[in-house]
Amino acid sequence: MKRVREWAPALVVFVAVIGAWQGAIAVFHIQQFLLPKPSDIIKAFWTERHTLWPAGWYTFKEALGGFAIGSALGVVFATVVARFRSVGTAIMPIAIAANAVPIIAFAPIAGAWFGEVSPHSKMAIAAVLCFLPVTVNTLRGLQSANPRQIELMRSYAASEITIWRRVRVPTALPFLFTALKVASVLAMIGAIVGEYFGGAFNALGVLINSDAQIFDFVTAWAGILVASLLGLALYGAVVGTERLVVRWAPDTRE
Amino acid sequence: MSIHPVVQVHGVTKTFAQGNVTALETIELDLLPGEFVSLIGPSGCGKSTLLRIIGDLTPPTSGTVTVNGKTAKQARTDGDYGIVFQDSVLFDWRTVAKNIGLPLEMLGWDREKRRARVDQMLDLVELRGFADHHPWQLSGGMQQRVSIARALSFEPALLLMDEPFGALDEMTRERLNLELLSIWQQLGSTVVFVTHSISEAVFLSTRVVVMSPRPGRIAGFVDIDLPFPRTVDTREDPHFFELVTQVRELLRRRGEHLLPEEEAELL
Repeated sequence: MKRVREWAPALVVFVAVIGAWQGAIAVFHIQQFLLPKPSDIIKAFWTERHTLWPAGWYTFKEALGGFAIGSALGVVFATVVARFRSVGTAIMPIAIAANAVPIIAFAPIAGAWFGEVSPHSKMAIAAVLCFLPVTVNTLRGLQSANPRQIELMRSYAASEITIWRRVRVPTALPFLFTALKVASVLAMIGAIVGEYFGGAFNALGVLINSDAQIFDFVTAWAGILVASLLGLALYGAVVGTERLVVRWAPDTRE
Repeated sequence: MSIHPVVQVHGVTKTFAQGNVTALETIELDLLPGEFVSLIGPSGCGKSTLLRIIGDLTPPTSGTVTVNGKTAKQARTDGDYGIVFQDSVLFDWRTVAKNIGLPLEMLGWDREKRRARVDQMLDLVELRGFADHHPWQLSGGMQQRVSIARALSFEPALLLMDEPFGALDEMTRERLNLELLSIWQQLGSTVVFVTHSISEAVFLSTRVVVMSPRPGRIAGFVDIDLPFPRTVDTREDPHFFELVTQVRELLRRRGEHLLPEEEAELL
């Protein structure tokens, strides 16, 4: 019952927006290539399921691969930086500068490096997008340990490794999951943007792009819907994992 | 055979490099087994620093500290003392029971033994029924009791307490004073208690060490010969007031150059 009450406002707004969208098209006679009706998009989502859904799955796997690689590298990098401060001061500015490169600019180069049609180039783009938020947040988390807690562990003659395991890592976990939530959405964006610069014919980004070029905007929108749903699914998976792992954090409190 | 002191502080000096501050100057202090000793003085008299030096959490600039006949470092490595800070310093990701059992885990006790001891400690601090709660579900006073239970769980010979009740309201503080005394009498450990409340120091201690600031020195000792068990009535005993006055005058005499707010702090 409490759940229902929590979700109700969002659900009402969602239904209202879709209804307004549908209504506005009928009232203002909006051309289909500008904005198709939600009902048509849903229809296309179903009729084109044999091409859109596998395409979505293909792109999702690229996003997932990039998410895993980028996040893992981010965690490793943050750990090294937190452990050896000199490494951090030497490398962090470069990592931040590299992140300032617009990802669109990097996409054609990733194609050249890892194969224009290959899923690897999309994974690379998604990984680059995920890397910095995960690094920055994890590092922040590892450095946020309460000095008193560390002192207490010292009073038990705890080793540096034990202090990491029992204090620094648990403190960093909520920070890490915040970053993974951001990264999960970025990964899907990275994979689709990568596909706009070339990809397998059955990839979602390629399909959306080609449908738009032949003015099949309804199918393009249906493709966007598939992409959003998959992005949400990945986000949801991260939130679910967080609930299991970080049971003590304030936002999971009753 | 003479009684060996639990803690021997000999010629300890501490200077901080930044600002060339002398926090402690040639401190001499022996603590006998079972003593409850309070360190009292205004901010900057080095009482917390002295406690941390005894616990080997800060090195002294010169001088030696012996705990249980060993170096302070060896004593820390052997788990000879438990420590309680002003904040409870509990781990949010651990339940109350697991917080109390943390030092036991560090000492490698097995699960069964740990559980038995944790249950015992929960009874001692009257928190039975809260074993599976998380720290943020408890009030400040309860959190500090968990912290005390954790410090005592492995029955250390020495308990170091750094203003443990400083952040609590007066009512909770007086109740926890009583509880602490009853625990101390049950366990018979030696306690070093840092505070800047004169009445708290007199009420709890067998001996009060009065310290003065700039540089941190021991201004004098006051033996507290109030009988045990001490109760709420002890605070109304005329002798209690005499002792409070003695401590206050020692603080005054040695601290002529106390700042007004430091004076106000020591009421």
